[in-house]
Amino acid sequence: MIALILAQTIAISGGTVHPVSGPRIENATVLIRNGRIEAVGSNVPVPADALRIDATGKWVTPGLIDGAGQLGLVEISAVAETREAGLHDTAIAAAFTVTEGLNPASMLIPVARIEGVTTALATPAGGGLIGGQAAMIDLDGSTVEAMVVKSPAAMVAYLHEGAKDAGGGSRAGVAQRLRHVFDDAREYERRRADFSRAQMQPLAAPAADLEALLPVLRGELPLVVVANRRSDIETALRIARQYSLRLVLAGAAEGWMIADRIAAAGVPVLVQPMDNIPSYDALGIRYENAAALARAGVTVVLLETSAHDARNLRQQAGNAVSYGMTWEAALRAVTLSPATVFGIADRYGSLEPGKVANVIVWSGDPFEFSTAVEHVFIRGREIPLTSRQTELRERYKTLPPKY
Amino acid sequence: MKSLLALFAVALAAGCATAGGTAPAPAPMTAASDTGRVPYASTYARHPAPPVLIRHATILTAAGTELPAGAILLREGRIVAVAPELEAPPGAVIVDARGQYVTPGLIDTHSHLGVYSAPGTAAESDGNEATNPVTAEVWAEHSFWPQDPQIPLAIAGGITTIQALPGSANLIGGRSAVLKLVPARTVQEMKFPGARYGLKMACGENPKRVYRTRGPSTRMGNMAGYRAAFLEGQHYQRRWDAWQRERKGEPPPRNLRHETLAEVLRGTIYVQNHCYRADEMAQMLDLAREFGFTIRSFHHAVEAYKVADLLAAAGTAASVWADWWGFKEEAMDGIQENAALLQQAGARAVIHSDSPSGIQRLNQEAAKAMYAGRRAGITVTPDQALRWITANPAWVLGLDSVVGTLEPGKMADVVVWSADPFSVYAQAVRVYNDGWLVYDRADPTRQPRTDFELGQVPAPGRDR
Repeated sequence: MIALILAQTIAISGGTVHPVSGPRIENATVLIRNGRIEAVGSNVPVPADALRIDATGKWVTPGLIDGAGQLGLVEISAVAETREAGLHDTAIAAAFTVTEGLNPASMLIPVARIEGVTTALATPAGGGLIGGQAAMIDLDGSTVEAMVVKSPAAMVAYLHEGAKDAGGGSRAGVAQRLRHVFDDAREYERRRADFSRAQMQPLAAPAADLEALLPVLRGELPLVVVANRRSDIETALRIARQYSLRLVLAGAAEGWMIADRIAAAGVPVLVQPMDNIPSYDALGIRYENAAALARAGVTVVLLETSAHDARNLRQQAGNAVSYGMTWEAALRAVTLSPATVFGIADRYGSLEPGKVANVIVWSGDPFEFSTAVEHVFIRGREIPLTSRQTELRERYKTLPPKY
Repeated sequence: MKSLLALFAVALAAGCATAGGTAPAPAPMTAASDTGRVPYASTYARHPAPPVLIRHATILTAAGTELPAGAILLREGRIVAVAPELEAPPGAVIVDARGQYVTPGLIDTHSHLGVYSAPGTAAESDGNEATNPVTAEVWAEHSFWPQDPQIPLAIAGGITTIQALPGSANLIGGRSAVLKLVPARTVQEMKFPGARYGLKMACGENPKRVYRTRGPSTRMGNMAGYRAAFLEGQHYQRRWDAWQRERKGEPPPRNLRHETLAEVLRGTIYVQNHCYRADEMAQMLDLAREFGFTIRSFHHAVEAYKVADLLAAAGTAASVWADWWGFKEEAMDGIQENAALLQQAGARAVIHSDSPSGIQRLNQEAAKAMYAGRRAGITVTPDQALRWITANPAWVLGLDSVVGTLEPGKMADVVVWSADPFSVYAQAVRVYNDGWLVYDRADPTRQPRTDFELGQVPAPGRDR
């Protein structure tokens, strides 16, 4: 294992490689050097000093990317002492960025990565209207700097039922307040000098939050909007058009009803495919949502939103396939699509020369329960397949345990 | 596992409630039973259906055998035969299930369908009578809403029997309802004939959090609360037993709370105990010894693997999740090998849902637990893993002689799967409950819809 960790050049050979960026390649080699992918193909010469991993009969894919959740931001959901994901004293937390709340020592991180998730969006979970800035992180590294792939990767806002308090109790109020904040951010940008001389009417949010929204209003930073009811999705599309935003829909439970319009607007959608319990926020929620959106041409990202269950991202993807998504589209929806949506596709999401070497070797189809993870590489480092849970298992495998 | 409402929000509390049961075969000894009529009786009646012969399927019986290309005959609500080849009786519907799999109907020992119904507003919050830490007097069936739109979703996942339980706010939360999962107007029409009631009890964090200002506020307070309640039940039982023997004078006054506890002590109601931590399970086993009852199953039991030997010795099952963990402190030590380690130690393992979402994929949860066990070097056969969601939960409900396996004479609760049910790609395509085809994935007219859905929830395959 030590040798593996120190190796600079690694050749994973003989497996079926799913680069995602192109068709699968049988009996191929993925060559990793200094944390990057150097070559992928069936005729890749393997340097003499390379550490060889025999992947004969195995499947090789990019590390999975979970485009949601609070990995690194929560240890025990019910214990406030361990939660860092959001602000609860304000509805507008645009200036809040998650990074300094991240805990690289989180015990959740090994649990997720040894089952194939190598990268995740650490997502704010506070603020009733605007939650703040999400960061894309790799699930390895002993410092925040070492983990962060991109920060901010997106701004998060809410137009679903849960945002109603921020709008005074009505969906219409929520939309109105969001517009007010955007308008004031633009006003603030135009009149910074007046603001600093205190020659402006009070604004809808503190200056730091308005400042943080400017990249969103310039169309530089994606705005993830949680919306489930069809009418809320339509509100999001309307606001995005009005302010020329780079909108990303999240949840979008009734998105299937207007899949063509979402596709025409060029708006990607983040979906948790195993959700189908009706509520007044989304009476039309159904398993076929992800497939219907993908068929219409929408860029779909599949999610597992619970940090503790991030390892079940592959089960989510498998169920999306069960309900009509193609297998290839589902794999893309947990690799290249989240990388594209969150602006890291130049480095992540596929097995291509030059990309960061986040690579998984699976015993078979990644979405199947019978499939085991055999090797995990994050930035070219082989990750030991251990977690607090594997330690508990070993301790209690024979009873009584040896303490 | 979390709903879309929780998307991008930290999930605060999962895994909270338990309880269970229906009218016990031996009628509870109560004043009402003197009238000769079981109160709140089941009015369940088998739906008439033609005989069904399913052929050319891989049949997993959950009784130790697997037929790679077999047939199964259902008639008048019973399994008639399981064999490589069978003749179709006159009038039988013949199902060619080539490439498909057949299993017993799945059974969930831990559900809150109907007591925490969708759409999930306060109006449907009927699972926790959180007004007193001991509410043995309440019955889940009196909350149960047969029009819960989550019911058809669970049916489509191959579920044929559930135990609907009160929540876990209380030390003793009330009686469970054991139900046939069929479309019905009333809960009485769903009550599994002859099934016993369960009594939901809860350990640990939930009761002490809910009652922290009035008590119990500690785990030792929880224990004192159970003991005080069962002392009262014991006293009540003695008074009634004495009166039944002597029949002198007025009967003692009835007390619904004590009545339920007395039935636990008489062994006619099964204790279904929400309990996460290993040390607390050991305490509860001692409590049961003190009062002379047995705990039928621990529920959630994320640390059951640490005391699997104690559970095996006590004859107490463990109903567990495949992989939920970490949502609260007492759930920190959940591991995916829990069920497999229980089985290895000779304890009875059950995979339960406690979730309207998870109940739709109990086969997938069993698959995760099976393969996790195998990867850890523990032998788990498909038949054994299937028993985690069929025969073993049937035992937890006291119905193992009636349902849970594909054996002649058993109730015709049968699921046809599109593929190996331990594959992520498998779907229940035909679900028979007591011989009645309650769900057919290929036929929208055989996909039950609740009143709630009409005009609100678009029908499958339909746009608005």
